[in-house]
Amino acid sequence: MDVDLEAIEETAKLLYIRALKVLPDDIKEGFQRLDASETDATGKSILATMIQNIDVAEDTDNLLCQDTGIPIYNVTIGRGVAVDGIDLKAAIKKGCERATTEYPLRSSVVHPVTRENEHTSCGRRVPVINVDFSDHADELVIEMIPKGSGSENGSFLKMCIPAEGVNGVKTFVIDRVLEAGGKVCPPTIVGVGVGGTADLCTKLAKVAATRALGSVCDDPEGAKLETQLSAAVNTLGIGPQGLGGDSTAFAVHVETAATHITMNPVAVNIQCHSARRAKATFTPTGVEIGF
Amino acid sequence: MAEHEFHMPVTEDDVRKLKAGDHVVLQDMLFGIRDATLIHMFDKARETRLDLNGHAVIHTAPNVKKVPVSNSCPVGYDSVCIGTTTSARMERFTRPLMEQNGVRMIIGKGGLGDDSLQAFEELGGVYLAIIGGTAAMETTWIERILDVDMDDLNPESLWQFEIKDFGPLLVAMDAHGNSLYDTVRGDAEGKRAQALAAMGVDS
Repeated sequence: MDVDLEAIEETAKLLYIRALKVLPDDIKEGFQRLDASETDATGKSILATMIQNIDVAEDTDNLLCQDTGIPIYNVTIGRGVAVDGIDLKAAIKKGCERATTEYPLRSSVVHPVTRENEHTSCGRRVPVINVDFSDHADELVIEMIPKGSGSENGSFLKMCIPAEGVNGVKTFVIDRVLEAGGKVCPPTIVGVGVGGTADLCTKLAKVAATRALGSVCDDPEGAKLETQLSAAVNTLGIGPQGLGGDSTAFAVHVETAATHITMNPVAVNIQCHSARRAKATFTPTGVEIGF
Repeated sequence: MAEHEFHMPVTEDDVRKLKAGDHVVLQDMLFGIRDATLIHMFDKARETRLDLNGHAVIHTAPNVKKVPVSNSCPVGYDSVCIGTTTSARMERFTRPLMEQNGVRMIIGKGGLGDDSLQAFEELGGVYLAIIGGTAAMETTWIERILDVDMDDLNPESLWQFEIKDFGPLLVAMDAHGNSLYDTVRGDAEGKRAQALAAMGVDS
């Protein structure tokens, strides 16, 4: 399958704007689930406002949140797809820039030292473009995630040692959720990476934080941790916006990787309640837009 | 849990009457500030020509659109989406904003820390919690962008908004030493051991 680079650019633009406006169905359902079980009056009223905001954004065709985030594009290329990788990345970056200047969106991206803003949502190594491969021959998938900074600032890594065991991992997650409190815009999806190298562990935490609600870690040990940690964080009472309640997190998601005999790394990356994603699937019959 | 409505600006007496847990709606005027605005005001000694005395500031950096100057867009900016950012990063600027600029109310999300709580008590100020991530709604409470200063920092300029029925906002930190965030945090830390024990971890 050949790929039309103009269509890629146009889609990269469309996905950014759409992700900022329409929450995925699994997140909307997550809100309904939390609203049904919340027992705290303040928590319940905050959840109601968040749910109302989702409707207002759709009714007024506006952004859900002012934070346009750091743009992330996850590209998955099927083995039957023929595309020049350099051109593909350039087209995605161009689409991201055009979304920002043509809509216009607030560019939230600056140089880390000079703090200079190019007003394109782009800069050195940004947008973040992750490339992976799949077995689906005639399919190219682009997922767009505008990652908000309030929750991205709730990112942590600890190189636990083997003697701390899985209990060290569990303790680290609980303590970081306590530390983050209301700053990360709860209810959140708490992404946890376990194992790997320091960089892989952190990356897995992001993969976990941006997974759809209802999905389960495909490592049974990771899935077990998800169940335990999801229940545990919601007993802390931090609640929506850190103002009290049962709904601290929609879920804790875990991703695992093999690690070194001397290592036991754990990373936390948090996704706020505006858990925005958009996805385009290119096949020989056209482009399908979804979540 | 009283309900209050204020036409800005307010007096010290007005804010000292507020108690944590009260609800507030603001009218007329609001100023938008952010990390870079505050860094330039207080670390780089840049003075603003806008008068913040007795006013509320919101931790924000809006999505705006450049348009021709008109009555509805007096400085050539129309609002696209205006929301709130995490306040904690701006903790050290609460006191200078109050002492040097006379700010009485700070609107944000996630709360501020002990130094701010002390400044609110000493100088007469409050922190009003807005619900983070609900910018689509918040934008409907903004009537116009009236003025902008330090616009070389855009989007982190100092913004002046005309507002209508801005709220309800929750008094989360008052001028009497009360912080709802501290209460929730204290309770949550008390539940830590139990949460860990439920997963088989002794602490």
